[in-house]
Amino acid sequence: MMTGLTRRQAVVRASSFMAMGLVDSSANAQLRIEVSGAGATQLPIAVSPFKGEESAPHSVSAIALADLMRSGVFRSVTGVGALDESSRPEWSRIRAVGADTVLGGSVSRLADGRFDVRWRLWDAVRGESVGSQNVVVAAADLRYTAHRLADWIYEKLTGEKGVAATRIAYIVKTGGATAPRFSLWIADSDGEGAHFALSSGEPIISPVWSPSGQHLAYVSFESRKPVVYVHELSTGRRYVAANFKGSNSSPAWSPDGRHLVVTLSRDGGSQMFLIAASGGGEPRKLSSSLSIDTEAVFAPDGKSIYFVSDRGGSPQIYRMSVDGGAAQRVSFSGTYNISPAINPSGDKLAFISRIGGAFKLVVQDVATGVMQPLTNTEADESPSFSPNGKQIIYATQILQAGRWQEALMTTTLDGRVKSKLTAASGDIREPDWGGFQGLTVK
Amino acid sequence: MIKKQLFLAVFTATILAGCGTKVPITERAAVIDRAPQPVAALAQPALVPAPVLPASPAPREVAPVEVAPVDISKLKTIYFDFDSFVVKPEFQAALEAQAKVLMANRQAKVSLVGHTDDLGGREYNLALGQKRADAVKRSLTIFGVSDAQMEAISFGKEKLASAGSDEVSRAKNRRVEFAAP
Repeated sequence: MMTGLTRRQAVVRASSFMAMGLVDSSANAQLRIEVSGAGATQLPIAVSPFKGEESAPHSVSAIALADLMRSGVFRSVTGVGALDESSRPEWSRIRAVGADTVLGGSVSRLADGRFDVRWRLWDAVRGESVGSQNVVVAAADLRYTAHRLADWIYEKLTGEKGVAATRIAYIVKTGGATAPRFSLWIADSDGEGAHFALSSGEPIISPVWSPSGQHLAYVSFESRKPVVYVHELSTGRRYVAANFKGSNSSPAWSPDGRHLVVTLSRDGGSQMFLIAASGGGEPRKLSSSLSIDTEAVFAPDGKSIYFVSDRGGSPQIYRMSVDGGAAQRVSFSGTYNISPAINPSGDKLAFISRIGGAFKLVVQDVATGVMQPLTNTEADESPSFSPNGKQIIYATQILQAGRWQEALMTTTLDGRVKSKLTAASGDIREPDWGGFQGLTVK
Repeated sequence: MIKKQLFLAVFTATILAGCGTKVPITERAAVIDRAPQPVAALAQPALVPAPVLPASPAPREVAPVEVAPVDISKLKTIYFDFDSFVVKPEFQAALEAQAKVLMANRQAKVSLVGHTDDLGGREYNLALGQKRADAVKRSLTIFGVSDAQMEAISFGKEKLASAGSDEVSRAKNRRVEFAAP
């Protein structure tokens, strides 16, 4: 049974957002979500609008339903009427519309401006309640409450952790070719509630969440060369993690958060080095080759890395122990495979593969090597797994009003259910999906 | 006397630490007090403004430096064939002239900035651009320019010279430019 948000947790959640050193988003950079596709087996859920939520700033039921649909596991059923947490559902009507699960609730504004949010989940097949919750939260926490509700339902019905309450980071490019602006944004998993952490006239690429959720590492060109920074979200302060002679790029965190693997050209070429996440100290070179070695990511056990190398003549994905030694090639299809991402259980590898000239997101089973393209777009980039390993977020280009616009999409691992996050203006790129940590204080 | 030696040692160590090409940590993370704040305090949150960075000067401007500046406008952009990192013969004469400019002023420094066209991933293209900058640096070294005068870096596909997706536009993007350091 999920612990409801206590007042302390709710207050800390709001204050950790406010004190993050982040500036409130302008209307321009809010994202909208569209969900498409149908999963193989989907649980039909009926979500009633919550009583009283029309006078709250956000619709808790709608946000939670969108989260559940985006997961690909649920499909929405309508026609059950209005239900709150103390209703007696009409089972015949509910079964007639085909719902297996029903959610009802209410939102009441208290005298002190906070909101009393209550809900109940029913199993329509057995005709009984399976759980209820009641929390009191500030207005600023209503979105987060809706995401926590979606995750509570997801976990109850699938046994797996939901990712609605997690966060994503991404880059937005605005302005034309002559005066571009680049900004680093952090948003809820549905793209709403976005705040920006950095704005620059020079490119920013490769943002990556630390395992603790407290930091972002990224590459900024503000010094007119690529430099790796680590940015502390709670204070807005940052430090240089790698600025050696030449280019510094492609940061990735070790699972214990103590190291970064980076690509440095300080010895000539592009090679991978291990550095302390706090910066300083002498980098440890992970491999020496005359080829390009880059885009390293740690396997979940922290003992090996997946990376891109063109030592075989064109870019392919390899795996190597962090302690050194021979690298094994893991991608065998085609001549251009880059941008590896590994899921939290270490058994699925996502990457970008050039197939017939198009750059496509694919997922490969680590054990069998069987690979499956997931999209029908042609300029996919930068895949990142959700922390429950069930979805992948990626950047791609979509034709919109006669123009190719860069947008973020999520997909389920079978490629069946996708959602699109599109900023009102600007090109969005370089997504990274954060983890479960750093969201609440226990 | 010992005090003076100690001072000198610390002073020297500080200077040497600053001389490295690494940038030391400027600020450490403060320990954040996670005690809950009263709700009223949230009415005026202490927002730390996001750093808004100034636009950087165009690459052809020469930034003020203590040493005599190299006239960057004299250094021509080098272009590369598709999937190639070899400096073509037609650019060798220009590179030799550029080497002479740099050797005439041993204190002058220059950045060699590699670029790619728009196709492919960002980090891999950063490495491809680096390969081009390294190739130009090697050619200049062969002509006699000192390694200390040059820094080879890459912008990958982040600064396209031409936005088109036709081959003529893409050819304009596969290049190494010279910039003030």
